[in-house]
Amino acid sequence: MVESPLQTGYVKHAPGFVENEGPKLITSRFKHTDSFTLDKYLSTGGYEGLRSSLNRLPNQVHDEVREASLLGRGGAGFPAGIKWGFPPEGVWPRYLVVNGDESEIGTYKDRLLMERDPHQLIEGVLIACYALGLSQAFLYVRGEMALAQERIALALDEAYKAGYIGKNILGTKFSVDIVMHWGAGAYIVGEETALIESLEGKRGMPRLKPPYFPAAIGLYGKPTIVNNVETLSNLPWILNNGASAYKGFGSESSPGTRMFAISGHVKRPGVYEVEHGVTTFRELFYDDNFCRGIRDDNELKMFIPGGGSAPWFFQEQLDLPLEASAVGAAGSMLGSGAMVVMDETTDAVKACLSVVRFFARESCGKCSPCREGTTWEEKILQRILDGDGRPSDIDLLLDIGDNISPGPYPAAAFSDEGLDAVPFPPSQTTICPLGPSSVAPIVSAIRRFRNEFEALITRRDPIPLSLKVEEVVT
Amino acid sequence: MGFFNEENEEIAKEIVSRYPVARSALIPLLHLAQEQEGWITKPAMEQIAELTDTTSVEVLGTGTFYEMFKFHPVGKYLIKVCTNISCQLLGADELFEHVKTVLDIEEGGTTEDGLFTFEEAECVAACTEAPCFTVNYRYFHRASPELFDEVVVDLKAGESPLSKGCADDQGVMPEHGTLSRVRQQIPKTRSAGIKHPEEIKGPPSWIEEVV
Repeated sequence: MVESPLQTGYVKHAPGFVENEGPKLITSRFKHTDSFTLDKYLSTGGYEGLRSSLNRLPNQVHDEVREASLLGRGGAGFPAGIKWGFPPEGVWPRYLVVNGDESEIGTYKDRLLMERDPHQLIEGVLIACYALGLSQAFLYVRGEMALAQERIALALDEAYKAGYIGKNILGTKFSVDIVMHWGAGAYIVGEETALIESLEGKRGMPRLKPPYFPAAIGLYGKPTIVNNVETLSNLPWILNNGASAYKGFGSESSPGTRMFAISGHVKRPGVYEVEHGVTTFRELFYDDNFCRGIRDDNELKMFIPGGGSAPWFFQEQLDLPLEASAVGAAGSMLGSGAMVVMDETTDAVKACLSVVRFFARESCGKCSPCREGTTWEEKILQRILDGDGRPSDIDLLLDIGDNISPGPYPAAAFSDEGLDAVPFPPSQTTICPLGPSSVAPIVSAIRRFRNEFEALITRRDPIPLSLKVEEVVT
Repeated sequence: MGFFNEENEEIAKEIVSRYPVARSALIPLLHLAQEQEGWITKPAMEQIAELTDTTSVEVLGTGTFYEMFKFHPVGKYLIKVCTNISCQLLGADELFEHVKTVLDIEEGGTTEDGLFTFEEAECVAACTEAPCFTVNYRYFHRASPELFDEVVVDLKAGESPLSKGCADDQGVMPEHGTLSRVRQQIPKTRSAGIKHPEEIKGPPSWIEEVV
């Protein structure tokens, strides 16, 4: 429908997504090379969920989503149907902001959903706007994702022309505009209040909650629903097939499927759509249907179960199900669905520095425990690796962490060492969780690999490049 | 005299009209300015301030928060190598050193011919396809030093290396500043009508029916 250089001579898909055995609720079109076009979308059941919604009253659509117990896929895992009920009565207009600012370390799913099935996302946006009486939707795409921006712009144009967006949608009274907005490089903008600040044309710094809960005081001071790309992409399926069918997948507390990105030292890294709450980490990393084991059949040393903000897991946690409550009780989180697998050749201190450095660079600078603390953490870890470590550095790192996140920090249990799990989430002395996130790799690494830190601290020559363990470290 | 050329001024006004409050267009307009000039100049900030009902200091204040905006000239091609953990586990540090050697510049620098600027990137959401680098925000997955060399040869010869990228991306490699090669256009006849939040008093019509 739309003339574009992108739709001719188109040949292949990016790797990333792995088409394996199992139910495919939101990635069913990924296998088609023209999955992003309106034609393909319509010929594979597209916009039927919207039609089905428009045949019901808005509150009935909301009830269906609440009934499906769809958990938010951005990281916090809050039920979308309940979040939708938060705007205060009688306050209008209300807005929708779609969080497509995927930037958490290891996270790769929203970009695929935006590049390969933008109409599915748009349909989800429309269903949300209809159910909640939202006046306008803003689709905030991460600035660095040029191709996703193209695909969404094209899809919006097609959908406007075909009557799915805009005035009197499909001949009904339902009217809404969807505007693509794009960022300019700042991880913190993925935090919902920072996202709103950014959309208002300001520096992307988080707002204090309370009072600035977006559902009450959001964009332009009006009630605003902020939903993640993957969360909204589930809506067309749910409205098409019903909440009870949706709950036929996954576990009782975590229904449906989720997209997980498994990167690092596995034989078949990739993005997989997996039944929520049923599969275990071990199956995901070792089964033939998923990642097929650790490269070179090495031993697993540690893994990040849910993005850079998540405390690390080890062999002891492999049999946990991919379920928010189980992972939380074990001392970490599934977060953004990003898993980074590290084998026995990985240097724990360097891996720790790598994650901490990210948070130090991405701190927005609003709260001093985070602004100063993350920078100190990075400098101390760097000097340990440079051969300038001090014996007091381990305690100093833990003390700085305690200033950003006081009290026992979430951590995994080590059965053989008699250490108990500390459940997620951490406490914070900051407005948002970025600062406390930087403590996760530090507590995880020191708790498990204190000997590696100590060995490096007594060493006097810098460690060379790459994350590989040096011979001297035992 | 404004900063934007005639065509971009029209585009800028169209972008502003999509938002209930003009200031929301600030970041998209900074991108548009960067698309026209390759970086953000003072006259650009002055005109963006006029268009968004802000001051040029506010435009600078917002703009400097975001790493994609450059307030000095950069190369025609911005090369960014991801050095976050997933990429690092699979050789990003080695790739980073290779890029530095081939281009013969330090991180943050620009080659003398003005062709390349080289920066470290924070996680760009290609973690399963590590290591990864981008050129003007176009992805190259599972990148080897050899792949990087081939991309440099193409760019120096004025050819598009996009087909060598593993992203399902193709066509012309735009110069630094251009992100999406397609712009959203809301047809006037189809728009639901964008209003300032204070102009909207009650719920939309399809909700009223229910109440």
